Amino acid sequence: MQRTNWRNEDDAVLLVPIFETGRRFYIVVTVLGLLVLWGVVSYAVQWHLGLGVTGMNYPVSWAFYIINFVFFIGISHAGTLISAILRLSQAEWRRPVTRIAEVITVLVLGIGGMNILIDLGRPDRLLNLFLYGRYQSPLLWDATSITAYLTASSVYLYIPMIPDIAILRDRVVGGWRKLLYQVLALGWVGTARQHRVLNVAIAMMAVLVVPVAVSVHTVVSFVFSMTVQPMWHSTIFGPYFVVGAIFSGTAMLLVIMAILRKAFHLKDYLQPIHFNYLGLIMLVMVLLWVYFTFAEYLTTYYGNEPDEMRVFSSKFSGKYAPVFWAMVLFNFVIPFPILALNRTRTITGTVIASISIIIGMWLERLVIIVPTLANPRLHQYAQGSYLPSIVEIGIMVGSCALFALFYVLFSKLFPIVSISEVREGRQETMRIIQDRARRYEPGLGRLPASE
Amino acid sequence: MARWGMVIDLDRCTACQACVVACQVENNVPYVEESEFKRRRAISWMKIVSETEGSYPDLRTRFIPRPCMQCDNPPCTRVCPVHATYLNPEGIVAQVYARCIGCRFCVAGCPYTVKYFNWYAYHDRMPASLRRADNPDVSTRPKGVVEKCTFCHHRLLKAKDVAAAEDRSLRPGDYVPSCVESCPSQAMYFGDLSDPKSEVARLAESSRAFRLMEELGTKPKVIYLAERR
Repeated sequence: MQRTNWRNEDDAVLLVPIFETGRRFYIVVTVLGLLVLWGVVSYAVQWHLGLGVTGMNYPVSWAFYIINFVFFIGISHAGTLISAILRLSQAEWRRPVTRIAEVITVLVLGIGGMNILIDLGRPDRLLNLFLYGRYQSPLLWDATSITAYLTASSVYLYIPMIPDIAILRDRVVGGWRKLLYQVLALGWVGTARQHRVLNVAIAMMAVLVVPVAVSVHTVVSFVFSMTVQPMWHSTIFGPYFVVGAIFSGTAMLLVIMAILRKAFHLKDYLQPIHFNYLGLIMLVMVLLWVYFTFAEYLTTYYGNEPDEMRVFSSKFSGKYAPVFWAMVLFNFVIPFPILALNRTRTITGTVIASISIIIGMWLERLVIIVPTLANPRLHQYAQGSYLPSIVEIGIMVGSCALFALFYVLFSKLFPIVSISEVREGRQETMRIIQDRARRYEPGLGRLPASE
Repeated sequence: MARWGMVIDLDRCTACQACVVACQVENNVPYVEESEFKRRRAISWMKIVSETEGSYPDLRTRFIPRPCMQCDNPPCTRVCPVHATYLNPEGIVAQVYARCIGCRFCVAGCPYTVKYFNWYAYHDRMPASLRRADNPDVSTRPKGVVEKCTFCHHRLLKAKDVAAAEDRSLRPGDYVPSCVESCPSQAMYFGDLSDPKSEVARLAESSRAFRLMEELGTKPKVIYLAERR
């Protein structure tokens, strides 16, 4: 690949991973590719033999794939939602973070959706959803909401990227990449009119994406809460799932930021303050999550309905107690003190808390889904248990690896930190912050503008 | 239009399992291998549930034969994304095996846990000697679809054909599911609940009559008669 001399310009470090391919890249891609292959082989086995190769049974008819579906869709809230909220609230520190977040959303949404297809007993009949689809099934609400979110967040990822793609187009000489960038840049040259249209489009998408994102995890929860099963049939599930989604999503964002910071030498872009601020958002989410969990479980316990209590005690002190208490440990006991104390809300601290939360939130999905199915109302004959099979583990590893692989490939093709937004920030941030302060701080209005 | 319903007198039921076997044979319900049975994947459209109250020595065990409840307000059909399970005009909750995409939402949604999934192609995996005994009136199920009790719907179709050939309307007793037919202690009754003169309609009004989990509002058309103390 030929390219112009780009090393001397500002933000050259953001172009390095695109223009230079080290040995490390090939190693990472190979390892991830092999893990994806493991997942593909696992699915091929399942396609051939049927869902019998999983550990699912009667009455635990939903397990790993649905857990992963809910988990991945939850992670997807990191990106677009956080980026949109930060844009709308004009948080100036967002600039290097937004794209890292938005890419998570787009990739993980696809993988979450894929997991529900993997869960189908007859994937060959998928088209029946269009031929005979009926809207009273929450499954179709999911399909609609997720498709809308995937479309909106892809557009929302792409539009702010146009100026960056133009930068790449101008640096690359020839090759398939030149063609790719040329097409995707949509003839961007940076005129005032183009900037105006772009900013309007970004602002519109940022507004649009927020309700869609909230709807996604709400209807995911509806899959459970619309049934009459004990501890699923709960009015709190919509907001509870949305909170859990933002919670786990922020954690994933922080982990990926830390990895990129190290791998791509982005110390100047991803500063401790970014981790600090996102850590504070996560602290709020920890508390919200605990509050919702407490409300949900106390209501069940106090109501003391026999069918509900059977599920409750299997979580609290029965077969699923280890998973339940591990969830409490990973979602609250470990991350809360780390995030609450200024001294530990460092890069290392937030990353430890984030990893703990990602594990904890996966367990939370398990704690919601499996114990209810294992303790149905006619429990005398239908009590069940569940252990995943090697095929399910393979597909889960493959799903995670696929996400990582796509992320690596994306960062190979496009700058993972928005060059144009960072440059814009360099020129505008001081003015924006001063203007804002001038509008609310008495006496500041008389001070001369900067420059 | 008829509304088919079943009455099961628990006072007469001896838990002999004849209905379970009759159903299995009549409906080509696959026998799963022992390993699959141990993994809790056996399929049993009709099942005897035991319910024990109290503790020794003051205890009572009741046996409840449990087919599909054929709810008038079924929680399972509501959630099906492709209309593969639906309430038909005569009140039977139908399953369309050829349309089911195997999402198992109905399995998760049924409070009576009467829906079973074909984790493997269980029928095809049965020995040929067993498959020779298949009932030609009932389609066998492929892998990856949900199945359950249909009140032997194929028997209704057949009875209607016979009645049409003889140029008459359906008479009580023309259509009876195999479980009812096989019950040696005659604990089970079957008929049209919408006909006030029918035996099931009369028994459904009995002071002993109850339905499973009535409080859920599913309106089951399987009605139990409680034991006389």
